Parts: sequence; C-alpha cells; structure tokens
Amino acid sequence: MSESTMGPRNQGAPDYNLHLHPMMAKNYGKWDHHERLKPGVIRYTAESGDNLYVVRAGSPRTMSPATVHKICDIADRFCDGFVRFTIRCNVEFSTDKAENIEPIIKAVKEELGFPIGGTGNSVSNIAHTQGWLHCNLPATDASGAVKALMDDLIDEFEKEEMPNRVHISTSCCQINCGSHADISIIVQHHHAPRIDHKNMMICELPKVVAICPAAAIRPKMMNGATSVEVVEEKCMYCGACHGQCPSMEIRDADTDTLSIWVGGKASSTRGGPSQMKLAVWGIPNNPPRWPEASDAVRKILAAYKEGGKPWERVGEWIERIGWAKFFEKTGFPFTRYHIEDGPDALTTFNRSSHVRL
Amino acid sequence: MAFDKHNTPMLDQLETGPWPSFISGIKRMRDDHPSETINKTINDLLGQLEHSYETRKGYWKGGTVSVYGYGGGIIPRFSEVGKSFPESKEFHTVRVQPPAGNHYTTAMLRQLGDSWEKYGSGLVTFHGQTGNIMFIGTDTVRTQDFFDEINDYGWDLGGAGPCVRTAMSCIGAARCEMSCLNEQKAHRLLVNNFVDDVHRPALPYKFKFKVSGCGNDCQNAIERADFAMLGTWRDNMKVDQEEVKAYVAKKGRKYITDNVITRCPTSALSLNDDDTLNVNNRDCVRCMHCLNVMPKALHPGDDKGATICIGGKRTLKIGDLMGTVVIPFKKLETDEDWESLVELAETIIDFWAENALEHERCGEMIERIGLVNFLEGIGIDPDPNMISEPRQSSYVRMDDWDEAAEAYFARKAEA
Ligand code: HEM
Ligand code: SF4
Ligand code: SF4
Ligand code: SF4
Ligand code: SF4
Repeated sequence: MSESTMGPRNQGAPDYNLHLHPMMAKNYGKWDHHERLKPGVIRYTAESGDNLYVVRAGSPRTMSPATVHKICDIADRFCDGFVRFTIRCNVEFSTDKAENIEPIIKAVKEELGFPIGGTGNSVSNIAHTQGWLHCNLPATDASGAVKALMDDLIDEFEKEEMPNRVHISTSCCQINCGSHADISIIVQHHHAPRIDHKNMMICELPKVVAICPAAAIRPKMMNGATSVEVVEEKCMYCGACHGQCPSMEIRDADTDTLSIWVGGKASSTRGGPSQMKLAVWGIPNNPPRWPEASDAVRKILAAYKEGGKPWERVGEWIERIGWAKFFEKTGFPFTRYHIEDGPDALTTFNRSSHVRL
Repeated sequence: MAFDKHNTPMLDQLETGPWPSFISGIKRMRDDHPSETINKTINDLLGQLEHSYETRKGYWKGGTVSVYGYGGGIIPRFSEVGKSFPESKEFHTVRVQPPAGNHYTTAMLRQLGDSWEKYGSGLVTFHGQTGNIMFIGTDTVRTQDFFDEINDYGWDLGGAGPCVRTAMSCIGAARCEMSCLNEQKAHRLLVNNFVDDVHRPALPYKFKFKVSGCGNDCQNAIERADFAMLGTWRDNMKVDQEEVKAYVAKKGRKYITDNVITRCPTSALSLNDDDTLNVNNRDCVRCMHCLNVMPKALHPGDDKGATICIGGKRTLKIGDLMGTVVIPFKKLETDEDWESLVELAETIIDFWAENALEHERCGEMIERIGLVNFLEGIGIDPDPNMISEPRQSSYVRMDDWDEAAEAYFARKAEA
C-alpha cells in the first residue's frame, strides 16, 4: 500500500472527547449521585439535574463482527450512537431517556442474547485471558472455563444478592494476566520445564537466565552448542522461562491442574487493597466445561453469600471468620502448602494469642 | 460451501447454557460471513482450538512481526499445527489503543470493524487485560495493510514488549460522582507523551499507566500499574446532613452504625444524637467506603487531586506488588500542574531505565535499591504518607540524622 511508505503517524490514544455520549460531555466532572434502579440499570444524576441511564450487559469478550454490528445497531437506535465497555468486558448502553431502558433491555436480550446485570453486589463478568484461542503460553482455555463458569453463575450476575461485589479472574498460565480478584483461577504446573536443546534460541539466553525467579537456570554447553540447564531442586515450576523461550516447555497435558486463590482486592475501601491467598490446589484441568473448577468456585460463593456481612468483600469476610472457618465452610483441605515460605513469610504468621477455637 | 468443516464436538459443548457463547459467535463467522476467506480461516481456527481441547495443549508460537516504523504492537502468532490448519496458520493480533475510558461512537466502531473484515479474521476482543482492543487473526502482509488503513483515520497501535504500554482509565469524570480528577485527560496526556516509548520497545521491561478517579480504584490501577493515579481530595468531604438524616430514617440507626460508622478504617465517623454525621476529616484516609454507602449524602471535597503510587505489578518476578505512595497529593488544575505530572513520569521512567536490571519492573527495582534511593533518584523528599510504619530494626547507621532532621524542619517551615 502506498500509505505505508508515508510511515506511521504516531497518534497514540485517540481523543476521547470525540467518543463521549453528549450527556457525558455536557456534565463531565459534574455528577452528583447515582442510584441502582434494578440489577444492570443505573441512573446517574448530574449537578445540572440531567439524568443518564445506563444498561449494563455481559459480553463473551471475544466477538464476531456480526455481534459488534448488532451492538452498534442497538446503540444507534437508543443511545445516540454511543457505547462503552467496562474493564470486565461488559457493554454499557447509555441514554438520557428513561423510556429507552426497557427497549434496550429487550433488544440486548433478543438481538444479542447478552444477560443484563453486573452492577452493585453481583458477580460481575470474569476478567480473563486468551488461552488456547490465541496465546503462546496457555495450559488451559480461559474463555471456555469462563463460559462454563458464567453459565453456572448467571443468576448471580443478574441479581445483586452478594454481600458486596464479586470480581473473578482466570489466568491460563502463571504469568497471571488476569487480575487480582475476590476469586481467581490460575493454572499450576507440576514439574520443571523440559528443554529442547536442539531448538534452543541462543539469542535470548541472557534473558532466559535473568527471568527465573528462583535463579534455577544456568547456561550450559550441550553437544558443543550453548544451551541451558535447570537446577531441579530450585525450580518451582512457575513457567516464567517458558514465556521467554518456547524451547523451555513447561506445560504438560497430563499433569497441569488449576488452583483457586481468594481475597484479592484492588480498592482502597476500608482495610485497603489486599492480595489473593491460596484456597485450593489440584483441580483437574478438564475441558470443555471444567466442572470441578465451577464446583469449587460455587462452594466459596455459597459460603460467602451465606456468611458475609453487607459490604464485606470475600477477603474481608474470611478475615473476620478466620481461615479455619473458611476451610471448614468450603470443605477444602488445609495443608502444609498453605503456609507461606517466601521472603514475606513471617508477616503471614499469626504472632499473637488470637486463635479461634 | 466449498470446504469441509472441522468437527468440533468438544467446542460444541460450549454452545449450551445461558451465558453468551464465544464459540457460537465464532461459528457464525465460519457459516454466515459473506467473505469466503473469513469462513475458511475461522474454520481452521476452530479446528485448531478443538485440537487444543482434545489434547489439552496450546499450539501457537510467537515470532517477529511488526509494521513499518514500529517495533511493537503486534502479537505474532504462528501455528505449530499449520499443516493441518493452513488457513489460520498465521494469526497475529493487532493491539490498538482505545480512547480513554473505552467510549466509542458506533460510526468509528463500524469503521474499525469494516477494515478488520477486509484485512483480518473479523474476530475482536473488547478489551484485552492490557487495555487494548485486540484484533485477533491476520497474516503478516495484511497486518501492515490493516494498520495503514486504521492509522489513516486516527487509530494507533498499543504497546507490546519492554515499552510503555497502553494506558487505562476508569469512567470517572464522564459519569461518576466520586471522580476527583480528569482521568481521561491524565490517561491520554501521559501515554501520548511517550508515544515513542510505546512503539519502539527499548526499556528494561514494561511500564504501565493506569488512572482511577478515587480510592475505589475501578481500574485496578494500584495492583497493575507501574504508575497508578488515584483521585483524592485534601479539604473536607461534603456532607449533606438532610440526606444523612434521610438515610438514617430509611435504613435505621443500627444499619448506619454497623455499615458506615464502625466500618470506617480510621474511626473518623460518628453519628450524632440528632442523626447527623460527624466527620473527622483529618483522620479520614479517603477510603471511599462511607461515600459508597451514602452516595447522595457524602461527596468528595472541592480541593481535588491525585495520590500517585509507583511500582504495582503482577506476579513475575518477585511476587505481586501493590504500588507505593510516592506523591501523597498532586494538585491537577493549571497547565503547569499537568506539565509537572508529565515531568514526574519522565523523571521516573528515566531513572528506572537507567537503574533497572534486565526484566526488572519499576517496583522490583525499588525493592532492590530501597525506597529512599529511589526517592533521592527522582528528587522527592520522604513523607510519612509513604509508609505504613517507620523502621523496626535498630541495626542501622544514621550518620546524617541531624542534617536529615534539619531538612525536615526546613521543609515544614516552607510548607
Ligand atoms: C511471550 C510472552 C508474552 C505474551 C505473548 C503475552 C501476551 C499477553 C496478552 C495477550 C495479554 C492480554 C491478555 C488478555 O486479556 O487476553 C497480556 C497481559 C498481561 N501480561 Fe503478558 N504476555 C507475555 C509475557 C508476559 C510476562 C513475562 C509477564 C510477566 C511479567 C506478563 C504479564 C502480563 C500481565 C500482568 C498482563 C495483564 C495486563 C495488565 O494488567 O495491564 N506477560 N499478555
Ligand atoms: S495468562 Fe499466560 S497463557 Fe493466558 S493470556 Fe496471559 S500470558 Fe497467555
Ligand atoms: S519454571 Fe520458573 S523456577 Fe523453574 S526454571 Fe523456569 S523460570 Fe525458573
Ligand atoms: S475509580 Fe472512583 S471515580 Fe473512577 S469510576 Fe470508580 S468510583 Fe468512579
Ligand atoms: S472515606 Fe473512608 S476513611 Fe474517610 S470517613 Fe469515610 S469511611 Fe472513613
């Protein structure tokens, strides 16, 4: 193409002002309050008294052009030709006319087949990653596991009946592109990488050695050529090296499993942000519907729904009832592997006389 | 149709159930899309995916693909089983930066969609975890054609590799009453100041900007961004006592006590006998909890700005890190304020680029060299807001204590 000879234009992120719904542009920075009219529908009121109604729908994240066109059709009919996406891959239809709410809901359900919800104290759409569909590192398929899990949790997406909002994420390798979350599903490997010495890409050698968190990788001559070796005792099967070098295969269809982590929270509300902790390990990586993973998530959600106080996120609920209760309520085993042995281990021990008996 | 469709018995099981199925969407592209190229490409993509489901293995490998003039932004994908699935054997992703806040006009979405159907598989993700629109699936030649076309009408690639990455921001000022800063402006200003560092990866590792308008951090900035901005205010929060009374009347004193007063992390709240609210604004840490429970009654103050936290990241390599407060309060009002924000980002990136080891995120570097050395490197004075508590170990040399103390009192006197 002739354009390519002109070179790229380096515009960076496009101007958001061109894409703002007129009501958002008019009241930018001047909003007063909001009210959730029902699950999936929020009214935002500006200082000027203007109202903006937002209908939120869950999307499958990866979409066909036909689906995108249908989203645009609905936004053209009811939303002045504007639409936005949340970071959890929900689609938001905004309108300044209350009478558009029901027709939007109807159109979204009938034309797109998307559920309405994901607001307030619901289980929102799962922040997930690419998996077998497109990444070079996955040991599982995040999209498939998410579809199966959301089939199971759709009720909780469409209602607001949890103690607080629930964010779930999935990651298809231990690089963990999925975010910290109240509940997170992560792949776990069970042995050190298998090195394909014939195919070692020497160009990346220093990077591969540098990336290992356990300093387990050493350069080594193999049959006269430069390669690497892994010190078995140090390796913790994280697969970071595999991200750097395809010749250090970490995945193993026969042994890879899933693990579930709980209590992550980015928000500074109340006690502040917190990181996820191990709940359970060794869940079968079982396509196409991963029923064991869904089961485990269900168990956590059921216990949280029953026992959580209003406004308590999953991690805060566990902190209040104690980990012993958490393992009791969910039926997960508490093992020696739950006890941290990393550099911050001491800060995770109970160094008081507080015990729950 | 002139091609054999792969059987996909496992994927078919993802078409049942009430949640929208990505598989059904993809299948419709194979069956109904007017372009035969797309039908065939998607058929082979489904074939390879089914093969992954059967064998529980991934079959994509990386490589090098870029567009003229850029070093990043394309995620190359070559199939390891391309012989069996030739139509999708090259299936690169083009990362494209969205407008801040992920707002779109349908006209622009349709335009992007049309270009993508012309040059790619049509398959698209809104959005990847890195904040980009991910256009999934095209070959090396058409990657360039697609980029040329969309670049012509205003869209640019996102980051990939050791570079400044695509930024992200919450909806904030566009619609949210909690917003304490112009998130979308901050997002665009910051990332577009570094376009060169986005497109030409030459940093020790990735560097991410994310902006949330308040401590609710809907953007997950503190846990995912090297440079996280969180909106806040430094005067008093605004209390509409009539609305407080209305909440108490509606919800009851017990509810307000159990869910607002006792949940404040710094015990800054008390309910007066006449059902009005008492706020100790000097104790309040702007955690947002009480504002979330009573959005009509409580609002951020007027003297707004941002807290800037540096060094958040996910697991690799030393474990997950939340960002650390480096600027407790940054006013963002005048042009000079905004300029100094960009300068701060430049100073931090320069210092990190010079001092980080290969593959070391900014937070990891801070951990290695110490917060004090980092602060000195970027010319920022220590502040008690940067820590949760002072040091515990007495085994330390404090040779310059007197000077440090004097400097502290001098700063205090100036403020
Ligand atoms: C060849 C290597 C890699 C490729 C191809 C790759 C690709 C990707 C992709 C496609 C995403 C978006 C995921 C989605 O939403 O579907 C992503 C996100 C992410 N990746 Fe990578 N990645 C690689 C290496 C790494 C490494 C080594 C790390 C760890 C340091 C990493 C950390 C992340 C994180 C934390 C995210 C989430 C993004 C965010 O919160 O901004 N990636 N990566
Ligand atoms: S979690 Fe791992 S496998 Fe999944 S998209 Fe991210 S890098 Fe790829
Ligand atoms: S799997 Fe992890 S610990 Fe083991 S060699 Fe690779 S990078 Fe190092
Ligand atoms: S982070 Fe704060 S300002 Fe931004 S959308 Fe969330 S609540 Fe609103
Ligand atoms: S915002 Fe948080 S810290 Fe401040 S008064 Fe409200 S609950 Fe307390």
